[in-house]
Amino acid sequence: MNKNLYDLVGLVVAVCFILALKGLSSPKSARRGNWIGAFGAFAATEVVFYSPGQTGNHKWLIIGAIAFGVIVGVPAARKIQMTQMPQLVALFNGVGGGAAALVAIVEYLKLGADASMADVVASVFTVIVGCVSFSGSVVTFLKLQEIMTTRPVVFPGGRFVIAATLVGVLGSGEWVIHSLGTTPLLVVAGLSLLFGILFVLPVGGADVPIVISLLNAFTGLTVAASGYVLQATVLIVAGTLVGASGTILTRLMAAAMGRSLFGTLFGAFTAKPQAAVEGGEARSVKSGSPDDVAILLNYAQRVVIVPGFGLAVAQAQHTVRELADLLAAKGIDVAYGIHPVAGRMPGHMNVLLAEANVPYEQLVEMEEINPTFPQTDVVLVVGANDVVNPAAKTTPGCPIYGMPILDVSSAGNVIFLKRSMRPGFAGIENELLYEPKTTLLFGDAKESLTKVVSALKAL
Amino acid sequence: MSNGLALLSIFVLSIFIGFEVVSKVSTTLHTPLMSGANAIHGVILVGAITVADRATSNLQLALAIVAVVLATINMVGGFVVTDRMLEMFKGKPRVRKEAEGVDAE
Repeated sequence: MNKNLYDLVGLVVAVCFILALKGLSSPKSARRGNWIGAFGAFAATEVVFYSPGQTGNHKWLIIGAIAFGVIVGVPAARKIQMTQMPQLVALFNGVGGGAAALVAIVEYLKLGADASMADVVASVFTVIVGCVSFSGSVVTFLKLQEIMTTRPVVFPGGRFVIAATLVGVLGSGEWVIHSLGTTPLLVVAGLSLLFGILFVLPVGGADVPIVISLLNAFTGLTVAASGYVLQATVLIVAGTLVGASGTILTRLMAAAMGRSLFGTLFGAFTAKPQAAVEGGEARSVKSGSPDDVAILLNYAQRVVIVPGFGLAVAQAQHTVRELADLLAAKGIDVAYGIHPVAGRMPGHMNVLLAEANVPYEQLVEMEEINPTFPQTDVVLVVGANDVVNPAAKTTPGCPIYGMPILDVSSAGNVIFLKRSMRPGFAGIENELLYEPKTTLLFGDAKESLTKVVSALKAL
Repeated sequence: MSNGLALLSIFVLSIFIGFEVVSKVSTTLHTPLMSGANAIHGVILVGAITVADRATSNLQLALAIVAVVLATINMVGGFVVTDRMLEMFKGKPRVRKEAEGVDAE
């Protein structure tokens, strides 16, 4: 294949990737967009075998390796539960970062003494960031899969160790650039892997999604840098697009949590919990039975359901939809108020509810639903806490202060489905629980909802 | 324009396209966006194939083949799982219109 034709195919592939991301602007065009992206990726893989300069050596070994990757990747993608999506994304991201680092290492080994400075710097950059992305993603996966603790892992002097590792990474990177040796590159790779682990360990469970998004951006940049070394335009475009999307998502998520990215990564949540607690344990709450809840819902005109990760943990998506359908059949207006960080990655709750066949038109974003709460009779909070905690507005200094929340306190009645009085992830007492308009229904979200549904049917 | 500069131009222009396109993605679809973007960076497979093809020692070949496997998992798995998610985002016109009335408020 001649070079011009090959480059032309590269351009088509780049356009496919742009269209794939553009398709995601609406749920209607999103699936087609993803197909276009997949087609682009397939085309890029296909034509590289015919690219100018391709020797055809090891062709069958390469094809075998691809087949093996397909055999591993496709069943994993098919079988994963939607609640486990963040883990899978983290893992896929990690292997992508690992692949980029390996490509850079091999390319570096072949560069030889006449390599240009730019190529060496780009290779070293790819090795560092790819390794960080790989080991960081693996730790993220272990945390989300709850193979290891989801709490921040902090050890004495941890910050100094992290800082020292980072200095080591940069120092050895410098060493590679000057010496062009193989050993220094392995030192860089090793230290980068270690840095990836150390950098994710202190991040708490609630902040892990931000890290996934950030590592995704990292992997994108490594792919772009590999593209520079290999002179492959497709890799530059694809990697940069991913870098941009990861950066935007990371910023959006940090904003949705009302915190700076820096604070997230360096442990804002390690601040003393309970900082906002004013009253003692003795304060009374109003707890109700499933029948009370059913009656409140039955006589409402408008109900908003606020789902949190507790709903997903209890696998109650289907039950909540059943309840919503039942209410809708009674002529009650039902909507879901979705906080941007509900679930474990941005937009995760939307996926979980979509899986339960909740039409996406009913999923209303925070800015749109907040003004409607005064006209809402009942808000049903299922397994959420911090995202409706008024302390984010009223208590300066508490860890979630400044985080935008769903303004449910302006609704007529608030029902909390909770397992216990334990505070949420951020460890802050929720004043809303003690308000006279609030009713609590204790128990597993799925069981409680099932009881409410049957009580409602009996009415 | 030198080759390096041409590549740099592509990089810089891609940054702008990336920001422009991604900032229009609806928040409902942020999870598929993340996994779709994830699948796109699986195109590092192209790089892995290139270096495997040109490998001059067994060590290089072994590393490159591992990269091919990892990149394939990333790319193919990423697109499949994104498709699975997007398949679920079907609008249901059968459901009442009141929801729209609320949005219009």
